[in-house]
Amino acid sequence: MPNSMSDTTRDVPMVEARDLRKAFGANPVLRGVSLQVRRGEVVAIIGPSGSGKSTFLRCLNHLETIDSGHIAIEGETLATTDAQGRCSYAPDAALRRICRKTGMVFQHFNLFAHLTVLENLIEAPMVVQGLPRDAAIARAEVLLAKVGLSAKRDNYPARLSGGQKQRVAIARALCMEPDIMLFDEPTSALDPELTGEVLRTMRELAEERMTMLVVTHEMGFAREVANTVAFMDQGELVAARPAADFFADPGHERARAFLRHML
Amino acid sequence: MDYVLSLLGPLAQGAAVTLKLFAITLVLAVPLGLALALARVSRFAPLSTAVNGYIWLMRGTPLMLQMLFIYFALPFVPVIGMRLQDFPAAVAAFALNYAAYFAEIFRAGIQSVDRGQYEAAKVLGMNYRQTMRRIVLPQMVRSILPPMSNETITLVKDTSLIYVLALNDLLRAARGIVQRDFTTTPFIVAAAFYLLMTLALTWGFQRLEKRYAKFDE
Repeated sequence: MPNSMSDTTRDVPMVEARDLRKAFGANPVLRGVSLQVRRGEVVAIIGPSGSGKSTFLRCLNHLETIDSGHIAIEGETLATTDAQGRCSYAPDAALRRICRKTGMVFQHFNLFAHLTVLENLIEAPMVVQGLPRDAAIARAEVLLAKVGLSAKRDNYPARLSGGQKQRVAIARALCMEPDIMLFDEPTSALDPELTGEVLRTMRELAEERMTMLVVTHEMGFAREVANTVAFMDQGELVAARPAADFFADPGHERARAFLRHML
Repeated sequence: MDYVLSLLGPLAQGAAVTLKLFAITLVLAVPLGLALALARVSRFAPLSTAVNGYIWLMRGTPLMLQMLFIYFALPFVPVIGMRLQDFPAAVAAFALNYAAYFAEIFRAGIQSVDRGQYEAAKVLGMNYRQTMRRIVLPQMVRSILPPMSNETITLVKDTSLIYVLALNDLLRAARGIVQRDFTTTPFIVAAAFYLLMTLALTWGFQRLEKRYAKFDE
C-alpha cells in the first residue's frame, strides 16, 4: 500500500486528472479534461453554465463516474483506463479511503437536517474514523470557532441563514481532516449579502495553504485568492494559467468572451 | 346505565383480544416492513423484484382471504406446510399483510430524503449501511408519521376480521350480546371502545409529529 505520509509524496500532485471523458447518454459533458493541482494550490474553475465544471469536480471524489481517463489523488489511483479503453476504479475499501482525502462543500449545503450543528460536525469523525465522542467534540469546537459559529452549536440547520449553513458545511468537511477541499459553487445559492462571509472563510483556508478546487462564478474570489484559474467550456478545459495572467489575458477567444461578459 | 356497566366486563375481554392482536402485529410488521422497504430500494434487482411481487400479492388479495388461507390451507402446502392455532394464524396473516403496506410507506419515506443527504454522507466517507442508519432512516421517520398514523388506525379496525376464525374480539363479543339481549346498545359501547383506542393512537402520533417538527423550525 502506498504510504501517503512519506516525503517523496511532496512532489506528487495532490490531484491529477488525465483526459477525463464522460457522457450523459449521447450528451458529452467532459471531453478530455486534464488538470494537475499542487499541494497548497488554489484552483478556481470558471466557465459558463453547462460547461462541465461541476461534473469534473464531482468525478474527483467519485460522486460521478468517468467513462475513461485517469484520476489520482496524492499519487493513489482512484480510476484508470487500460490500453483497451476499459475504465476501472480502485476496489471499494481503497476507493473510500482515497476519497476521504478530499472534503466537499456543496452549492445547497446538504447539512444533515435532523442533527444539530455540532452533531453535523462530529457524526462522520465518530462513525467513519471511530473517534471517541469527546475527541470529536473537541475537534469540532475548534472548527466552529474558526468559522465563527460557536454560538450556534446546538441549533438545527433550519434555524441558520444560508451563509451560516455554508460555513457549518465547510467546518463539517474540515472535521474529517481532508488534504484537499472541493467547493462546488459554494456561494451560488446565497443572497449577495451573504456571500462575503463564506468567501472570507474560504480565503482564510487558502491562507493556511489548504489545497482547494473551487467551482465558482465569483470572479473577485478567482482573481484575489486563486493561484490558478482554469476555464472550462463545452466539456473542455480550455485554459489554465496563473490567476494574474489569466485576468490580464486569458489567452483564448472563448475565455476572453466569457470574461467580457462576467466583468 | 346499569346495563351499560354490565357490558363493560365482557366487552373489555374482547378489547383485550383486539389490543393483543394489534400490538403483536405492529411489533412484527414494522421491522419486517422496514426490511422489505430496504430490499425494495436495493440496487440488487432480483431482490427488489421479489419484494415487489410480495407486496403486490399481499396488497392485491383480501386480508381475510390470507387469514383463511394460513389457517385452513397452509397445513396442506408442501415443504412449508404447518398447522397454526387460530390466534397465531391471525397474527401471521396480519403481520405479513401489514408489513407490505408499511414497506410502501417506508419506501416512499426513504425516497423523500434529498439526494444531497446521500452525497454529503458519501463524501464524508460513510458507507451505504452507515448512511441509511445514521442519516436517511432518522429523516424518513418524520415524513412517514402521517401515513403511519392512518395505517395503524386502520389496523385497529381491521382486527375485527378475526371473527372468521371464531376468535372473540371486541366486535364479535358485542355482536354475541346483541343477539342474546335483543338490543343494539352493545354496538354503541363497542364503538366507544374503538374510538378510545384510535383517540389514544391519534394523540400519540401527534406528539411524535411535534417532536420531529423541531428540525425544520
